[in-house]
Parts: sequence; structure tokens; C-alpha cells
Amino acid sequence: MLRDEDRIFTNLYGFESPFLDGAKARGDWSGTKEILDLGRDKIIDLVKESGLRGRGGAGFSTGMKWSFMPKTSNGPVYLVVNADEGEPGTCKDREIMRHDPHKLIEGCLIAGFAIGATATYIYIRGEFYYEAANVQRAIDEAYASGLIGKNACGSGYDHDVYLHLGAGAYICGEETALIESLEGKKGQPRNKPPFPAMAGLYSRPTTVNNVESIAVVPTILRRGASWFANLGRPKNSGTKLFCVSGHVNQPATVEEEMGIPLKELIEKHCGGVRGGWDNLLAIIPGGSSVPLLPKEICDTVLMDFDSLRDVRSGLGTAAVIVMDKSTDIVKAIARLSKFYMHESCGQCTPCREGTGWMWRVMERLVKGQAHVEEIDMLLDVTKQVEGHTICALGDAAAWPIQGLMRHFRPEVERRILEYRTRADRGARVAAE
Amino acid sequence: MSAAHSHGPAVAEPTSFEFTAENIELAKRIIAKYPEGRQQSAVMPLLDLAQRQCGGWLPKVAIDYVAHYLDMAPIRALEVASFYTMYNLKPVGKHFVQVCTTTPCWLRGSDEVLHACESRLGIKPGQTTADGQFTVIEVECLGACVNAPMMQIGDDFYEDLTAETTTAILDALARGEKPATGPQNGRIRACPSGGPTTLTESALKAGVKPAGQA
Repeated sequence: MLRDEDRIFTNLYGFESPFLDGAKARGDWSGTKEILDLGRDKIIDLVKESGLRGRGGAGFSTGMKWSFMPKTSNGPVYLVVNADEGEPGTCKDREIMRHDPHKLIEGCLIAGFAIGATATYIYIRGEFYYEAANVQRAIDEAYASGLIGKNACGSGYDHDVYLHLGAGAYICGEETALIESLEGKKGQPRNKPPFPAMAGLYSRPTTVNNVESIAVVPTILRRGASWFANLGRPKNSGTKLFCVSGHVNQPATVEEEMGIPLKELIEKHCGGVRGGWDNLLAIIPGGSSVPLLPKEICDTVLMDFDSLRDVRSGLGTAAVIVMDKSTDIVKAIARLSKFYMHESCGQCTPCREGTGWMWRVMERLVKGQAHVEEIDMLLDVTKQVEGHTICALGDAAAWPIQGLMRHFRPEVERRILEYRTRADRGARVAAE
Repeated sequence: MSAAHSHGPAVAEPTSFEFTAENIELAKRIIAKYPEGRQQSAVMPLLDLAQRQCGGWLPKVAIDYVAHYLDMAPIRALEVASFYTMYNLKPVGKHFVQVCTTTPCWLRGSDEVLHACESRLGIKPGQTTADGQFTVIEVECLGACVNAPMMQIGDDFYEDLTAETTTAILDALARGEKPATGPQNGRIRACPSGGPTTLTESALKAGVKPAGQA
């Protein structure tokens, strides 16, 4: 288990003040100027060396992403923080924003400096009203103390940080939809290229990073890239916030080492699966978009990017949704299909039409009111949606269904058979 | 895409709207966050200000006002107002109850929470009580999944709900009280209910008993 002294988010549960006094006592804003004095290239190298991979779901190297930004630019350059946390199961950035907002603000300054940004916009989902209030207060404190703004931390570098509230749209978690939204438009994803690093917010070079990715950066640079790199497993380094929801005795958000066995995560921190480990049916290990895993895989799988990819799922946002044997697994996935239908922005036909189509078939499969051949037809439709849309929402809608059929197809078939048997019996009675 | 905005009590569509002096000041501060000429970026926060001023919904005149205020075509502001679920294009009750029913909440009993709302208030999702006090709707994930099931009323999250605590919250609001927000089962925020398994020292300093300690 990760030792307390190796945790980054030491105020995860809000036992201490989230604001500047508490943050400074926890070590935030110490030696920030010295970090900036390392220079842009050195900071990017160190973040690359640490092995930090983006915490928003895709798991792309954060340092690498920063290195795509132009080295010189005439005019504004932006860092945009994606705090539009909305992937079902995911509630980790919420804890950072309400209990440790200074880690995020300090991260904005350092990351902003590393990419040559003139300002940061933090885009927070609109429902997080009080979380946003804490972040705004932290921003105000940082300005008043000269930590951000003109000559931030006495470094000679000017950097403004602004907060922007969303208004309810999951799609704005997609980086180009988020940029559109920040420009005051509908949150519909843009075609890429151009990538945001070339033309993002207001057509200026922009990097979009998740809250957790940014908030861990100051600690990584203070404690050293090798400290972070030595936690977890190769290419899957560091610590990670895990949100464990669903059928566990004590749902919780907890910071652990990357690569912790899934079973250990649940048993050490969440009081185990309701009714015991053997009562486990399946787990969605990385937020609603990733395919579920049946118990036999959960028994041994490790919680990191590559381990979960190897079992055809994903770490995603590390939102672990646990389902015990009482769960109607088809209904659990059908409800996610409804979510994606609701959240499709309507721009691409495969997603706009496909998400609704998939949900309607899933609803029939819950009752078994279908033909067995329709399972393959549904899988075929998921393949037609996947990879044929501007953004990954179509993929995200397809994967949970594919995971269900990969591991629980006999259950879906059983329902269809049972429904037909019942219908046949009814028909016979009617004929007599 | 945005949900149907079909809920709402009978309230006459206002014929005029303008920001209060206080909201004019707030609007100026919001617009100043964005570069010169990029004031359209302020459309979402300004629509939110307008909605709060109108008692929780956006009449057409308010949307047009915001569009004019930001030098946008009115249709561009309407496009935004109708895209995002947090803008209500029809009136809602004083207490706007949003029950999350997405899978993580559903697994932990969001059906019971929704039923408790229906039976306490005598309305179905999408409806408003006759006295205009409560509107109930079903919503998608609100991002408090380790505290499921949960509902948002106004700006406030009520978490770790049961049918009983849901009813108690609605009762308190109906009496004009302000019930305590956050977890309703005594736990501390997103910490395991049996006490923290990590951050032991800081828990003890805060007077919180870590897990497994007598």
C-alpha cells in the first residue's frame, strides 16, 4: 500500500483548510520560483521522465503533449484545464477542487510556463457550484499573494488564471467541444487537424489537460521525477486517485499507487464487495466508457493503463464501478446506453442515430424481447458507430455494449430464450 | 444533447428583462476575463446570471437581452441556452430537485430516491407541484458517484441518500428550513464510512478516527 508520505493529495477528505494557509502547510507554493527557474525545456523533460500520463482518460504522456506546443509565438497561448468531470463513476477532480485547489492553481502556473502560455482557463462543470467557489477563492488568494498574475512568484513571468463554469453537457469533456463552449458556443467537437496545440482557443495554440494531471505536477517537480517514476510500474508510474462506487461496503475516493491490484483496492479501502468477494459479478474499472470485467479477471487484474488494456478494458478515469451478483447486468449497461444517447451532441449521424438505436435494442434485451440474431446485429452497429465520428463519444457508447456481450452473452441469450418460451406457452394457452 | 425542457408551473412569459445593478457589475467582471472582442465567451455565465435573476428559468426576453448585451445574434444565444441542460427554458419550482439515475446511482438505489420524491410531492419527473414549490426531474451523472445515490436541489448536493432521508430533506424544505447538505448517512465527504484508510495523521489531528482504530 502507498505510504502516507508518498501521497500527493494530503487533504483529499478536507480534514484541513483547503485555502492558502492550509495549502502552504502542506508544502504547496514552496520553491515555485526555483521550479520556474529551471526553464521550459527542463520542466517538460522532467515531466516526461516522471512518466506522468494524462489522468483524464486517454493516458497520453503529459510531457509529450506539452512538447507539441510551439516554442515561440506572437500573441496569446493558452492552457485550458478540463474540470468538466462527468464520466459516470468519476468524482476525483471534485475532491481536488474543493479540498486542494492550490495544487491545481500552482500546477496551472508551472504547466502554463512550460508551454509558454499567457493565461489559463479552468473549465468547471456548472453543477460544481461550491467546488468552483473554492477554486475561485484560491485564485483570488494566489493573486493577492503575488503567486499568479504579474511577475508570478517573483519569476518575471506573467500568468493569469481564470475560472469558467459550464452549464451541463458531458460532451464538453471532449477537448475541442470544451474549447467551443469556452468560446461561447454549443459544445460540439471540432474536426482535427488542426489540433489545439496549433489552433485551439480563439484559434491560438492551446493545451488542454485534466485537473489531476495538472495538480500533481508541482509535487512531482518538488520531489523529483524519479520519485514519481519509481511508484507504480514501468510506463504506468505514479499515484492515482481512484473513485470506487457501486456495490462495495464503503464507497470512497482514495489515492493509491498505480498498478494496485483491483481486489486489494476494494478490500483495503472500501470494506470489500457487498456480501464478500465471491458475491462479485463484474466491475467497470475506468468510468462508464470502458468495457466491464467479469469476476475472474477482477480477481487478479492490476489497476493501470497497460494491465487494463491487456484485458481489453481501460483505466480511463480510474472510476471503479462495482456490481455484485444482485445486479441486472444488462440493465446496468442499458442505462449507460441511455446516458450516451442523452449526451450525444447530435453533430455526427452515426452517434446521433446510433446511440438511440443501441439504447432501444438494449432496453429490449433487458426483457429478452428480441431475437438471438439481434445480438450480432447490435454488435455490428457498435462497430459502425465506433471510429466513425468526430470525437470518441461514439466509441464510448459502443464499448460498454461490446464488453457486455464479450463476457455476458450467455445471460443475454438466456433472457431471449426465456422470453420466447414464455411467449410460446402463452400462445399455446390461447390456442387451447 | 439537451433534455426536453417541458417541466414547469404556469407562469406568464415576461415582456421585458434587464440585469439588476448588481448583476451589471458581475457581468462586467465576467466579460473582463476574456480577451477584447471575445465577449461571446461570457454567454454561458451571463445566461446563468439571468436565470438566477428570473427565479430559475430563462424567458426569451432574457436570452435576447444577454445576446444584445454581448453583441451576439439572438439565435446564437438561444442555441447555447437550448444546448446545455442547466438552462431551463420553462419555469421551474422554487426547489428544483434533480435526481441522478445514471448507473452508479442506480446501483445504490436511485429508484427509491426518485420514488420517495414522487410520493412525497405527488408529482412525476418533469412536473411541478401545484403550489410551485417543487419541480422534480431525472438527470444524468452529477459527479458525486462515491456518494451515491444523490440529488441536487438548487446548487446543493444531497448525498448517500435513502428513501427516508430524501423524504426528510423535502419535508425540511417544505417547512422553509435549510437541511444540511452533503452525505446524509454521517460519513465525511468522499472518505470511507468506516473512517479513513489513508492520511491517518491528518485525520487524527482533525479528531477523526481512522479505520480499524478503537
